[in-house]
Amino acid sequence: MTTRREFMVGAAGLTFTVLVDGCAAMRTEELRAGAALASAPAGGAKTVNAWASLAQDGTVYIVNPAVEMGQGSQTAIPLIIAEEMDADWSRVVIVPAAPDDKIYGNPGFRGLMYTAGSATVTGYWDVARTFGAQVRRVVMENAARKWDVPLAELSTEPSTVLHAKTGRRLSYGEIAAFAQVPAAAPTIRLEELKKPEQYRLIGKDVMRVELPTKVNGTAQYSIDVQLPGMLYGAVLRGPVEGTSPLTIDDAQARAVAGVVRIVPMAFGVGVIGETPWAAFDAKNALKVTWDRRARAFGHDSDEAIPVYSAAARDFNRAGKPWDTAGDARGAMQKAAKIYESEYVCDYSYHAQMEPLNSVASVSAAGDACEIWCGTQSQTMAVAAVAKALAIPVEKVKLNLTLLGGGFGRRGHRDEEFVVDSVLLSREVKRPVKVLWTREDDVHNGRFRPLSVHFLRAGLDSSGRIVAWQHRVACDEITAFQDPLRYKGGGEKDFLAMAGSELRTYDIPNRLSEQLPQETGIRTSSLRGIGFGPNKFATEAFLDEVAAKHGLDPVELRLQLLKNTPRGQAVIRAVVEMSDYRRKRPGRGLGFSFIDYSGTMVAAVAEVSVDKARGKVSVHDFWLALDPGIAVQPDNVVAQTESSIVYGLGLALTERIAIKDGAVQQSNILDYGVPRMHDIPELHIKLMSTPNRPTGAGQMATPIVAPAISSAVFAASGARVRHMPFLPERVLAAMA
Amino acid sequence: MIANQKGVDMAINFSVNGRPVSVNAPESTRLLWVLREELKLSGTKFGCGAGQCGACMVHIDGERMFSCLMPVAAAQGKAVTTIEGLSPGRMNALQRAWLAESVPQCGYCQSGQLMSAAALLAANPRPTRAEIKDHMSANVCRCGTYPRIVRAIERAVREG
Ligand code: FES
Ligand code: FES
Repeated sequence: MTTRREFMVGAAGLTFTVLVDGCAAMRTEELRAGAALASAPAGGAKTVNAWASLAQDGTVYIVNPAVEMGQGSQTAIPLIIAEEMDADWSRVVIVPAAPDDKIYGNPGFRGLMYTAGSATVTGYWDVARTFGAQVRRVVMENAARKWDVPLAELSTEPSTVLHAKTGRRLSYGEIAAFAQVPAAAPTIRLEELKKPEQYRLIGKDVMRVELPTKVNGTAQYSIDVQLPGMLYGAVLRGPVEGTSPLTIDDAQARAVAGVVRIVPMAFGVGVIGETPWAAFDAKNALKVTWDRRARAFGHDSDEAIPVYSAAARDFNRAGKPWDTAGDARGAMQKAAKIYESEYVCDYSYHAQMEPLNSVASVSAAGDACEIWCGTQSQTMAVAAVAKALAIPVEKVKLNLTLLGGGFGRRGHRDEEFVVDSVLLSREVKRPVKVLWTREDDVHNGRFRPLSVHFLRAGLDSSGRIVAWQHRVACDEITAFQDPLRYKGGGEKDFLAMAGSELRTYDIPNRLSEQLPQETGIRTSSLRGIGFGPNKFATEAFLDEVAAKHGLDPVELRLQLLKNTPRGQAVIRAVVEMSDYRRKRPGRGLGFSFIDYSGTMVAAVAEVSVDKARGKVSVHDFWLALDPGIAVQPDNVVAQTESSIVYGLGLALTERIAIKDGAVQQSNILDYGVPRMHDIPELHIKLMSTPNRPTGAGQMATPIVAPAISSAVFAASGARVRHMPFLPERVLAAMA
Repeated sequence: MIANQKGVDMAINFSVNGRPVSVNAPESTRLLWVLREELKLSGTKFGCGAGQCGACMVHIDGERMFSCLMPVAAAQGKAVTTIEGLSPGRMNALQRAWLAESVPQCGYCQSGQLMSAAALLAANPRPTRAEIKDHMSANVCRCGTYPRIVRAIERAVREG
């Protein structure tokens, strides 16, 4: 997305805004009301569609276009802007952006306001820096005019312009009082931006702004919203997507004290009560039968595996190509030696800590609505609500809260958990807080799909891998999660297939393709998206190829990365950190590497295997990563720890089973989320390089399973190819 | 989940963070929901409703307790402490350590983590690392802040 920047003068301060190409002719008044800053800053600074505003009292308002779910974007994006503005961080007030893709959309996410894919810092990097630098330039030009000195003689310190020759200083607040803004924004070339060694904020571990509220209970999530006259809602959904109630017996539910209304809906039955317990009790007292026509009925995850496997292995069935290079089929035929193997991943669930919920207040006439929610996409939430009520988006006011975890669950185009409260509020014309129980959150979950991966590697007589085929049979994700994007993006299932491309590896002939399985199961992006299953399959398979062909797994990767020095560097680092060459009795070491959208990650896991019970214990986990510039280095480390812990659960214990379309698990325990006593010692080396940031929020998750799988092989001689590595699967692999 | 006791709402009296409260709710209503929605103390979180995650952890007469499992009637006459009452008006050693180690990510589990950690240190002022891991495994953190929680507890012990 290209944007042209135009500045506007505020009434009592300097307000900087971005107008998009083609909309630049719009006058301020014409910009839609919904785009006004969510909370108007105090101090008289006028802010309409602004990215930043300098108030005369020295306060610097900076807009945050991202959502905060623990990954630190709420701090990181304003920090980048403040860096180039040379703003005094202690005077910065962060303001949430209004839901408007045109102004605040992430250039790295197709111009959508969408916080996901570890794409926030990456996506806004150039826009944010350039904008910050433009603001600084305008402020300096005003000082130059005031003092009648050449611009080149001026410099800045945080929130202050200096004229070194005369020792004069003007604060940004003072300048805001008299400043004039040019008709066209100054042009800033990327080379004019600060060099990393000039940074005052980037790379310095500034405390995340919301952190203090997260140690004293004051952090506000949507579940915490309280409104006068608010009622509570619960929704009973059918066991599968697309089913509707056939019969509803609500006699017992109506008898529950405090029940206000029972609301039959297309996809279930809503209950509204005076209290949460009234709503829960009534929901549990409902007796509903369901129409069996929906596609997912009959789907059984265990029985599906051989079906998917047959599709993946049948080369007569053409797949949807994803990664193509050279002529994989032809080169495979000419290969001196071919290895093949199959990997399987079960359905898995986000288990974000805050069960889904939202609050809505629909106007009496039903023509306007205010919502409170934790969504990964502000604009999708507003659009979904507008659609549900058949009202214009301008009539939807969004109050974005903190998210109690996201991991890809909160950014579906239909935003069903937000629409729930809207539909119930419409019935009673009072604010309604809809609470999903954890059981609802699991049963109505949207999962990383079941996938079967069939892989082939063809080696030439010198032992070089010259041909690669990777066939992925799995439920489709993108078509379900975001039909708009799917249709607009050439019907590519990027959420499932990402990571099956091996662009960094020097393998001349490659083909990865998808065999989509239409099951009707609710699917979703999940931390690491396709990288999780696909990197498990490709990296564990590479280890297998290395073992079978008598190659060293580390040397094999170093050769494959001969054109990627940054990849080689993280490998050498992790080999050294883990003392990889030292044999440890009773233990196995497993190595793995991934290039995740440019972030280079290498890891070594040290495990032992209880050969009687099949239990895998991970003792130590070493990881080196190069994400380019680390805006907040300690936070990158924290996100990496987080990604590893998440990956451990997916690798070892987490599993959703489906019978007759319905989810068999119900809560945290039977799903198998890791706890503190499950966590190995983590050893992380952050290797920042002065390259553009490429993301850090989930880059380590996909590397955990292949590293452990290879370590299990080293420890026991058994190759575990079905994730999670449950004890019975490990025992079966050892048998 | 919550069996409804029709028509037997009687006043239940207990203290929360040192203040006496009297609530009317069916006896079996879980203390968690009374704290959050009646008393508007939303720092205590709902995560599982089944004693499996610890997001709802509070202290009852100084001992940690899953408030999602505790019927409000069982609080009769007891002293309930929530995150809001852990160290009102100023941060205690654990909270300072939590910030120093940048523990919270999404933050949703952290009230419960802090309440668990406070109960640990009250009973065992110098826990070993193994004791910390054992005790704190009652609490789930989906963001995986576990290594930092260990470090923060050890820092709080050190710095007091
Ligand atoms: S909500 Fe009480 S233990 Fe999870
Ligand atoms: S910080 Fe997110 S669940 Fe613990």
